[in-house]
Amino acid sequence: MADLRTNFLGIKSPNPFWLASAPPTDKKYNVERAYRAGWGGVVWKTLGEDPAVVNVNGPRYGAIHAGDRRLAGLNNIELITDRPLELNLREITEVKKAWPDRALVVSLMVPCEEQNWNSIIARVEETGADGIELNFGCPHGMSERGMGSSVGQVPEYIEMVARWCKAATRMPVIVKLTPNITDIRYPARAAKRGGADAVSLINTINSIVAVDLDSFAPVPTIDGKGSHGGYCGPAVKPIALNMVAEIARDPETFGLPISGIGGIETWRDAAEYIALGCGTVQVCTAVMTYGFKIVEEMIDGLKQYMDGHGFSTIEDFRGLAVKNLSDWKYLNLNYIAKAKIDQDLCIKCGRCHIACEDTSHQAITHMVDGIRHFEVKDEECVGCNLCVNVCPVDGCITMEAMTPGSVDPRTGKVVPAQYANWTTHPNNPSAVAAE
Amino acid sequence: MPDISAGRLDAADYGKNFSDVHPPLGAHEAVVESDRCYFCFDAPCTNACPTSIDIPMFIRKIGTGNVVGAAETIFSSNILGGMCARVCPTETLCEEACVRNLAEDKPVRIGLLQRYATDHYLDRHAAYGVRAPATGRKVAVVGAGPAGLACAHELALKGHEVTIFEARGKAGGLNEFGIAAYKATDDFAQREVDFILGVGGITVEAGKALGRDITLAGLKADFDAVFLGLGLQAVNALGVEGEETAGVVDAVRWIENLRQSPDKSEIEVGARVVVIGGGMTAVDAAIQAKKLGADDVTIAYRRGAAEMGASPYEQELAQVNGVRILHWVAPKAVVSEGNAVAAVDFERTALNEAGRLVGTGRMVRLAADQVMKAIGQTFVAGPIEDGETVALESGRIAVDEDMRTSLAGVWAGGDCVRGGEDLTVQAVDHGKRAALSIHATLSA
Ligand SMILES: Cc1cc2nc3c(=O)[nH]c(=O)nc-3n(C[C@H](O)[C@H](O)[C@H](O)COP(=O)(O)OP(=O)(O)OC[C@H]3O[C@@H](n4cnc5c(N)ncnc54)[C@H](O)[C@@H]3O)c2cc1C
Ligand SMILES: Cc1cc2nc3c(=O)[nH]c(=O)nc-3n(C[C@H](O)[C@H](O)[C@H](O)COP(=O)(O)O)c2cc1C
Ligand code: SF4
Ligand code: SF4
Ligand code: SF4
Repeated sequence: MADLRTNFLGIKSPNPFWLASAPPTDKKYNVERAYRAGWGGVVWKTLGEDPAVVNVNGPRYGAIHAGDRRLAGLNNIELITDRPLELNLREITEVKKAWPDRALVVSLMVPCEEQNWNSIIARVEETGADGIELNFGCPHGMSERGMGSSVGQVPEYIEMVARWCKAATRMPVIVKLTPNITDIRYPARAAKRGGADAVSLINTINSIVAVDLDSFAPVPTIDGKGSHGGYCGPAVKPIALNMVAEIARDPETFGLPISGIGGIETWRDAAEYIALGCGTVQVCTAVMTYGFKIVEEMIDGLKQYMDGHGFSTIEDFRGLAVKNLSDWKYLNLNYIAKAKIDQDLCIKCGRCHIACEDTSHQAITHMVDGIRHFEVKDEECVGCNLCVNVCPVDGCITMEAMTPGSVDPRTGKVVPAQYANWTTHPNNPSAVAAE
Repeated sequence: MPDISAGRLDAADYGKNFSDVHPPLGAHEAVVESDRCYFCFDAPCTNACPTSIDIPMFIRKIGTGNVVGAAETIFSSNILGGMCARVCPTETLCEEACVRNLAEDKPVRIGLLQRYATDHYLDRHAAYGVRAPATGRKVAVVGAGPAGLACAHELALKGHEVTIFEARGKAGGLNEFGIAAYKATDDFAQREVDFILGVGGITVEAGKALGRDITLAGLKADFDAVFLGLGLQAVNALGVEGEETAGVVDAVRWIENLRQSPDKSEIEVGARVVVIGGGMTAVDAAIQAKKLGADDVTIAYRRGAAEMGASPYEQELAQVNGVRILHWVAPKAVVSEGNAVAAVDFERTALNEAGRLVGTGRMVRLAADQVMKAIGQTFVAGPIEDGETVALESGRIAVDEDMRTSLAGVWAGGDCVRGGEDLTVQAVDHGKRAALSIHATLSA
């Protein structure tokens, strides 16, 4: 069976599944339950200076739901830990002592002065924790006080604080990035320049999940008012994956260790992050939705997948997708695919037809010889994949690549065997003539 | 002595036995179920609905929390959407066509969703629709069953003045007198009648029968158009010896008494009941006999399960309720003891090489305290034969696509016309289509 053990910056854990710094890791009680359930590590809920912050006493979460009220996205306006620093440090010490084989990283956020960082790091060192994570991501509340994402949005600050921290501790330093910027590569490069050992991402995305249409206030609503919160959960995964990918393939940050975070619910989500180069993954919303037990599915599913592919360790497939990340301009324009409907699987709902008919290329029938029948017209299909995406039956419509040499009935042209991209395309005004 | 009596059950059991067969969906269930709908293109369910309700649209509205709008979508196609949600054999209509049968053998529960939306609406609104400005035209509707009511409502919406002549003391037709009690609980038929009439412009003249109190010629003279929604008035006879024996009842009449009795414990039922027939009426009578406390109820049908008028789902419902279904038996004689029924003699039937039903000579005797005849209803043409002739076909009124009869100015629909399916929803569609045709004629 596959071996899931990981060594991330020298921090060992029995599997790559860590809990992200959040309510599930706010105290000893939760963390021990998580370890008992099988989680490989945790990043303790972000510590700050005393006096501890206070949270709102009204609702702090909002959500959007997919079909059957499945939680698709969660939004929160919670701050960092609201428990006294002393209490947290004591519990961290006890937990690390009782669970030496598990990773225990401590998340930190203090005002942007070297003295403040030095003094809290000194105290964390005494707990025996494995590492620290600098929370430059929190987009609400803390950012109004000059911390969290208001640091994470300024690459120079990231570099500066990372450098202070590296100088102050023997522990590995992870910089947690905010997605609330336009180009994730800049803060990642800054973290690397500052000497950070790794980055973790993403933190939550600025969001308003809903507006209450009776009270006309954002959700969650506190006494008639609401403020933006941080968005997380399955809905943010695509955004996070892209940001991870950008860092993984950027020449300046290539090889920088990454802990992937954002919308991870299953072994498959985790494996995708690992394929993009992540050494560990962190989970929050999924356990806030289903509890700690889901890690059993994640561990088993990942092992089965690895066994099926002949990967014996995480390192065997980590980063395998990075080399396939490409700029649009280098995609092969001579690759031609057509949708194909498996008539045995088709339930005749007509979604593919109406999607293609109303919004795409009028390439799917709905009636053939007076019979309800859905079939792709190859002479119209541009291979866009929309029908595949809207079909309710998984695997019913597939995209089939045309073999080079055959004739595309849409264009009447022979499918070329050789690769050709936009950079050399005749329609491109700045095309470089192929020699 | 045959064992026929009322009050076989404890008082509390009547309420339980005659409550909803399918309890309505709660708000949570409705939203979960609405999520299952794929919002199909050219939806097969809609195509299978005789009234063409835009099913994906109303379900989508339920899913978005717009339950009132969902009901309006339903009522715009079928003003009796509330009753249809209760009585339609959805398993042979919309739900049979649902693509989710192909997907996982479990259709979207369209009937229950329709009930959810229409109940919500009826709880909050006294009527549906806004009438167009008065046209000054008057239309007579004969019969206040589903066909007549649907026709009247549509005509009222178009601004015409409608008078419904109904032979019985109250409106509703078989919704009030025939549908099984556990399908239309809490006096729903009358609630729905009030809801339909609530739109205004419709006068009901109850206790006025065509052929007795009024004539077709008179209606033609007094009104701009006439719609006949007479239903079926007679039941087929068994044509066997002993049919008149005490204890042999007509299932439709027996159900009618049951429906009209506020206290179900007053209805007499045999300890051993034999129901003869294979349609919806047979199933309804058998199940209700069981629910009244009969020990032993058998439906005896002359052909096989596949040929029964009652759908497989309804056959199963009968069986789940403890009713036995005996196939391939034809009644030959009612056996009496003293002056009352004691048994029915059946002959075993089979199909011969030519595929025709024949007797096999083998006899079966079923002991019975009560026998219910449910072998179909027939149209009685008497009331429309008053000098003017409305052409019949296969014993019912002949109509064209727009529900016009052979007589100018007279339309007809529902069970009384040829080619109907004898379903409530079919009657509603006929009534609506006739109204649209009448309106087009009156506006020309
Ligand atoms: C026992 C039973 C159970 C049934 N169960 C179902 C079911 O579960 N689902 C389903 O879809 N269908 C069911 N049906 C069929 C359904 O009830 C009918 O198809 C439907 O009611 C037909 O509507 P209608 O308006 O044509 O006729 P009816 O409902 O029969 O209404 C006709 C009306 O006209 C009146 N009338 C008749 N003659 C005259 C006259 N001369 N003058 C004035 N008024 C007159 C009658 O009193 C009656 O009110 C059932 C039928 C029966 C008998
Ligand atoms: C296939 C596709 C192509 C799009 N192309 C454009 C575009 O050309 N110009 C543009 O301004 N937005 C474009 N958009 C973005 C949409 O206009 C819209 O801003 C976005 O999809 C978010 O809206 P929605 O998710 O609520 O539909 C495109 C979206 C899609 C799905
Ligand atoms: S791939 Fe696009 S163009 Fe082709 S059939 Fe599907 S939706 Fe239409
Ligand atoms: S969307 Fe899928 S299931 Fe529906 S008709 Fe098209 S191919 Fe068939
Ligand atoms: S056929 Fe079924 S899934 Fe499709 S629209 Fe109708 S109810 Fe919805």
